[in-house]
Amino acid sequence: MQNDTIHSINGPVITVKDTDTFALMEMVYVGEDRLLGEVVSMTREATVIQVYESTSGLKPGEPVTSSGESMSIDLGPGILKNIFDGIGRPLRDIAEATGAFITAGSQGNTIDENKLWPVRIKVSKNDTLKHGDVYATVQETDLIEHRLMVPRGKGGKVVYTADDGDHKARTTMVKLEDRDGFVHELSLIQRWPIKTARPVTKRLDTAKPLVTGQRVIDTLFPITKGGAAAIPGGFGSGKTMTQHQLAKWCDADIIVFVGCGERGNEMTQALEEFSELIDPKSGKPLTDRTVLIANTSNMPVAAREASIYTGVTIAEYYRDMGYHVAMMADSTSRWAEALREISGRLEEMPAEEGFPPYLSSRLSQFYERAGYYETLNHKTGSITIVGAVSPQGADFSEPVTQNTKRFIHAFWALDKQLAYERHYPAVNWNESYSEYVNQLSNWYSENVDEEFLDHRQQIVKLLNEENKLQEIVKLIGSSLLPDDQKLILEISKLIRKGFLQQNAFHDFDSYVTLEKQMKMMDVILYLYHEADKIVDRGIAFRLITQTDIFNKLTKMKYEIPNDDMDMFDDYYDLVDNALSDIK
Amino acid sequence: MKLQYMHLKEVNDPLIFLEGVKDVGFNEVVEIEMADGSMRHGQVIEIKGDSVGIQVFEGTEGISLENTKTSFKGRSMHVGLSKEVLGRIFSGTGEPIDGLGPLFIDEYRDINGLPLNPVSRVYPRNYINTGISSIDALTTLIRGQKLPIFSGAGMPHDELAMQIVRQARIAEDAGESDKFGVVFAAMGVKNDVADFFKRSLEEAGVLDRVVMYLNLSNDPVIERILTPRTALTTAEYLAYEHDMHILVIMTDITFYSEALREFSSSKGEIPGRKGFPGYLYSDLASLFERAGIVKGKGGSVTQIPILSMPNDDITHPIPDLTGYITEGQIVLSRDLHQKGLYPPIATLPSLSRLMKDGIGSGYTRDDHKALTDQLFSSYSHVQEARSLASVIGEDELSDTDKKYIRFGEFFENNFVNQGPEVNRSIEDTLDLGWALLSLLPREELDRVDSEVLDEFYNSQEAYERFNIKEKSLVRELGQKGE
Ligand SMILES: Nc1ncnc2c1ncn2[C@@H]1O[C@H](COP(=O)(O)OP(=O)(O)OP(=O)(O)O)[C@@H](O)[C@H]1O
Ligand SMILES: [Mg+2]
Repeated sequence: MQNDTIHSINGPVITVKDTDTFALMEMVYVGEDRLLGEVVSMTREATVIQVYESTSGLKPGEPVTSSGESMSIDLGPGILKNIFDGIGRPLRDIAEATGAFITAGSQGNTIDENKLWPVRIKVSKNDTLKHGDVYATVQETDLIEHRLMVPRGKGGKVVYTADDGDHKARTTMVKLEDRDGFVHELSLIQRWPIKTARPVTKRLDTAKPLVTGQRVIDTLFPITKGGAAAIPGGFGSGKTMTQHQLAKWCDADIIVFVGCGERGNEMTQALEEFSELIDPKSGKPLTDRTVLIANTSNMPVAAREASIYTGVTIAEYYRDMGYHVAMMADSTSRWAEALREISGRLEEMPAEEGFPPYLSSRLSQFYERAGYYETLNHKTGSITIVGAVSPQGADFSEPVTQNTKRFIHAFWALDKQLAYERHYPAVNWNESYSEYVNQLSNWYSENVDEEFLDHRQQIVKLLNEENKLQEIVKLIGSSLLPDDQKLILEISKLIRKGFLQQNAFHDFDSYVTLEKQMKMMDVILYLYHEADKIVDRGIAFRLITQTDIFNKLTKMKYEIPNDDMDMFDDYYDLVDNALSDIK
Repeated sequence: MKLQYMHLKEVNDPLIFLEGVKDVGFNEVVEIEMADGSMRHGQVIEIKGDSVGIQVFEGTEGISLENTKTSFKGRSMHVGLSKEVLGRIFSGTGEPIDGLGPLFIDEYRDINGLPLNPVSRVYPRNYINTGISSIDALTTLIRGQKLPIFSGAGMPHDELAMQIVRQARIAEDAGESDKFGVVFAAMGVKNDVADFFKRSLEEAGVLDRVVMYLNLSNDPVIERILTPRTALTTAEYLAYEHDMHILVIMTDITFYSEALREFSSSKGEIPGRKGFPGYLYSDLASLFERAGIVKGKGGSVTQIPILSMPNDDITHPIPDLTGYITEGQIVLSRDLHQKGLYPPIATLPSLSRLMKDGIGSGYTRDDHKALTDQLFSSYSHVQEARSLASVIGEDELSDTDKKYIRFGEFFENNFVNQGPEVNRSIEDTLDLGWALLSLLPREELDRVDSEVLDEFYNSQEAYERFNIKEKSLVRELGQKGE
């Protein structure tokens, strides 16, 4: 055994000289305080390590020890409802141990080893199990049953099972004897290297939406379960709010929310708000399905890079149990910048704007982990990834936005101008897109309404026409336009203000069912077509706007709760009455 | 006692390099005794085996390779603190410079601080009444928030910051006015700016609750990187050891960032956008994230950093990265300033992210949110009407758009414009807002529920308030037949 020690220190990067102890990507312990680090490059002379914690006070000559594995985390019950740092240490335990401020070298196990879990063994002696098979379950939260699966590299005939009942996480639940007579002991914990995707049986086509209750998403730019979306936008345009809205309302089974290089207060807020919110379906607090990863902007940069992988590994673990997982990453730009910073310290050749040349492949590897899958135990599960992008100067031509675009299929472009007007969500309907619409058409027809996509198409078309007309209005004003064009402007304004704008703070406008979204479109389009007939007959459009009907429909989102669809009948009547006076 | 080293291997401003050094830690503080006996300070920023790179805060001018004694202090940069810092003035590294002698010191703290655990934070919800309408109504300041002022050369950001200090009731609402304190950090600003603050704080009669850390434009550049850290360490100390509500004013973030750029390029690092180091975001975050409230502690740290935007460009990396970290921004407008309005706060790009949870019933008033939404929305339409007017002429605008133009003028002149001495109550501010909105046709107020409008919309009253007869308003608007 060689004595490996620190040779040089430069911020979060240290080197060890003349050693062959370590492997690339291996996790190592650095210094007397055993700070976590990862080997990022190796030459014959120097092994370079990025340290996940503050290197302040570290000295050359302090020991560096090998862990024998690449950067890994423990997986098991107790992940849900929890909040971890970027490398999987539970922040509540750290606060208990060291107080409000986080010191370098804080220790903490991802999985609490003392807590008792109510375990139910699902296999019997002599069953044969292989990688991925479920051998026991634990009711992890009121909402979620945790399914314990045979880890990679293990399998064989069951030769021992513990009794059902309360057990600690490290206790052996099942023993498997493999063909070579080797006995594997399975507890409630397994480890997984975070940069490696967990295996599945196969990738499936997906044709189901992730329903978010946000009209501009569900109707205009939907995302599938297993899909990948990006939310780019300048500061203050609403990336975090949108992701919080999805985390609260989307119809995934599990939410993994990664705060990567963002604000501490936002994580505090998520902790508070999610525990106050009750899931409408189950009546349980939303935290029951949620795990938070917090690597805030003032925490060490290298751990920012790890936080994304920690998050997606946890997502895959729950997917493997047969759950639909939605992962929010806020913000992937901070992650890319962490790559850039470390790369700079390694004196690698930079590509665009100082980002390393492998930015694109890293982004691809990350988004590639989204998908709809058949798991090893032949269930279906999915991971939907929604990544925020924080472009420099809100300019979407920068490398992170551009490279991300290659790997996602829904693009929700947030617009500073809309945010200035407080048009929220500030999703720009001209720049955004979703390539999932066709895939979802059957689902929408069968589960919402045959006409859903037709209505969507009409709305899109009207907004497009409005966009063109606005160019003219900017030059000559609207008063000179012919009446049919005035109608398009007015109906589009109704669509923008009454439909696309959605109030996250309103009791029932915060989340809107697909049925209500459909009905709202239908009433708006009904008004459009009826008004169009009148305008066609040469009756002055001014008479229609004077009826105040546009205003009334603008406010219907606040009048009709999600569970009273009959109220829409009144709105068709309102339209009829308003227009019949004119006819 | 640690070894003292006599020779340097290399001097490369602002860095010096030593060889043959043992047992030195990363970030360790260094004392450098010059040939003439004077002292300088530095910090270890790079270690390669037994060779060490040191950043010298006061610069390396005059340092010789021989006859320079370097000793390592065995710890990172610390500042000495006690409650007696209140009322004192220090250099950027925490040395007293007010001629009042040394400070009695209770404890030393690492100026870099430590990341605050998100589970130990209290989410800030209590609004601070600043008495300034555009802030209280539209970009409400919350205790524990970090809310910068984005300004430009020659604009009255210093006056605005001082008006906030004078008028803000940071602690009073908690019934603890003696718990209020100000930490002021000057980074690279001119002497007259520091003087302005000193004088104004004195006039406000609060100087004994103020701690100042001054690194002025002619002070060492590298020390500028330490100044906000020293100041924030003091703020945290007072907030969390002595339960005080501390307002931190840091000016100017742009000069600070330029110091960081200078330092980075002297180390030969690969520059990012506009020459700033790639880690500018993380570095600024390590300052701004030190605002907040800690569970179980009585005090709070609220930050108002001042930042002059180079060329008034909000997309410049410094305001851009700052906006990505802070909890909103108060943006000053050159245009309003030139019109002679004070404070020249640009309504639309200004934002307070924490206000959504700190306004409304129980905090300000029930109708606050509705008013804010509508003012933003209506005022943004003013901009559209103005740009259309600039193309086709105001006369050709629709009647409604003409009303928007008038509303915009009244809004800027009466609501935004307020004067440096005027302190408006939140009730006055909100009522004024409704009066202004009442100049618009009721149907245009589409962000507000009918019940709220029933209560607050009153055009007759509004005309009286602004001394416009409806007829004269009609005439002014050039309208026919209304
Ligand atoms: N859907 C929404 N409804 C109401 N308000 C919103 C909405 N989205 C954003 N906002 C407002 O905009 C503010 C900024 O939003 P948010 O924090 O999500 O921006 P961001 O894009 O994440 O910014 P940054 O990149 O700086 O983190 C919020 O604090 C809130 O006041
Ligand atoms: Mg955000």
